Amino acid sequence: MTINNEGIALEVQDLEVRYGGIQAVRGISFSVNPGEIVAMIGANGAGKSSTLRAIAGAIPHAGVIRLGGEVIRTVHPEEIVRKGLSLVPEGRGIFANLSIEENLRLGAWTNRKEFDVNLEKVFGLFPRLRERRDQMAGTLSGGEQQMLAVGRALMSRSKILLLDEPSMGLAPKLVLDIFAILRDINKAGVTLLIVEQNAVMALRLAHRACLLELGSIILTGTGAELLENPKIRSAYLGQ
Amino acid sequence: MKYLAQQAINALQLGSIYALIALGYSMVYGVLTMINFAHGDVFMLGAFFCLLLIAIVPVPFWVALIVVMGATAILGTLIERFAYRPLRDAPRVSAIITALGCGLVIQNTTLGISPYARPMPHLLDNVTYQFGGLTVTTLQIIIIGVSVGLMMVLDFLIRKTSFGMAMRAVASDRATVSLLGVPANEIIAITFAIGASLGGAAGLLYGMAYPVVSAGMGITVGWKAFVAAVIGGIGNMRGAVLGAFILGAVEVMTVAVLPSTYRDLISYSLLLLILVFKPHGLLGKPTLHKA
Repeated sequence: MTINNEGIALEVQDLEVRYGGIQAVRGISFSVNPGEIVAMIGANGAGKSSTLRAIAGAIPHAGVIRLGGEVIRTVHPEEIVRKGLSLVPEGRGIFANLSIEENLRLGAWTNRKEFDVNLEKVFGLFPRLRERRDQMAGTLSGGEQQMLAVGRALMSRSKILLLDEPSMGLAPKLVLDIFAILRDINKAGVTLLIVEQNAVMALRLAHRACLLELGSIILTGTGAELLENPKIRSAYLGQ
Repeated sequence: MKYLAQQAINALQLGSIYALIALGYSMVYGVLTMINFAHGDVFMLGAFFCLLLIAIVPVPFWVALIVVMGATAILGTLIERFAYRPLRDAPRVSAIITALGCGLVIQNTTLGISPYARPMPHLLDNVTYQFGGLTVTTLQIIIIGVSVGLMMVLDFLIRKTSFGMAMRAVASDRATVSLLGVPANEIIAITFAIGASLGGAAGLLYGMAYPVVSAGMGITVGWKAFVAAVIGGIGNMRGAVLGAFILGAVEVMTVAVLPSTYRDLISYSLLLLILVFKPHGLLGKPTLHKA
């Protein structure tokens, strides 16, 4: 583990998350460098979502989380967003009874001055959203809702985006689309930490990755290395 | 015919007051899926705040309205902050019991300070106008006008402002709202403040219309407004207004044709009918609640 925190966007040390008596995350450590895509893969209940939710300030944690060198202690997610980190939650969390534009406006709550500029950027990435900006978000298809969720998180101009299962419930073609857009977003300078059960897609996209099992990191490496790992091939790629 | 038109004006007056209170129930239910049973007592305190204010300084109606709305807004925020927020994630039953408890504390404290009903002094020169045989008083015009005005302001707030957008988002998914950097607690506090201020305004208007103020008003009138909110579909703002005007009309018409003691029987029977045939209220939508 590096001592110099200057070059690290997000650093997690000995992170633990408990729900009552159940320990979901058992002292994991990892870091994400600026501009990097890190993927976290693993089965249901491995502790992936809990890790993201703890980093986003949505649930209490033990251990140290540093965001750009600053230790995060809060359990108020809105403070984390102001520090430049946004979570796209599992299941997207779209406000079905609000219009698409209203959903995006809410995403821009911490950064309202540049709303128009950011809105253009998001519409540039997701032209479907522009066509339907006045429609209720609940009328969108699953893939469009995922695009809206990602676009909404981008409206805050966060430097770091956490994505919880962006491929969930989507047809394979749409998964490819979403991951292509995530790559574009990363190329535009946004650091990504992605949690996925779709290990192939996540490992192909990621610069680095780790495998979680029962709340512990049991493997780390580059995305390509993990794709070649026999254990991952048998357990997660069905080979 | 003339008699019916006259009753319609009375119904509008009562309906407006019910609507202002019902909106407070519905707003809070909308954001927290919680029935704020102390709301009727906030309405009652609105009338008492007015009595207190004009006992100290004889201010005109408009000033009294603004002061009362401000005072009840603060009260609503305090109730939310200290009674409900600590129990936000507790089982729903705890929140309901706390709300009932808050109501009882407010009601009995008021009863302790003012055991008897008090007359509300005149805040306005009440002029009676004749329109083709119909009698309309300044008071009725003011009550209906102020109520409708406040409802239009609220409608604008909810549909067109950032606060309203955030309030609708909190109602839809509170956890996700925080993840976007929206301070959900502030939005909830403002929702309570607005709801309570409308209740306070209703208390003042009710005190002026039926010029006796008592600690039991929160139960007798406040709960009727709750019934109105349920009839319209609790959580739905337009439903609250619709339910209130229907209930106001039903009550006024009941008293016009039947002995006045039948009024509550008919009101609550209407509630029962609605709950049997349209359990989500007239404009409410069935929702799935997470456990």
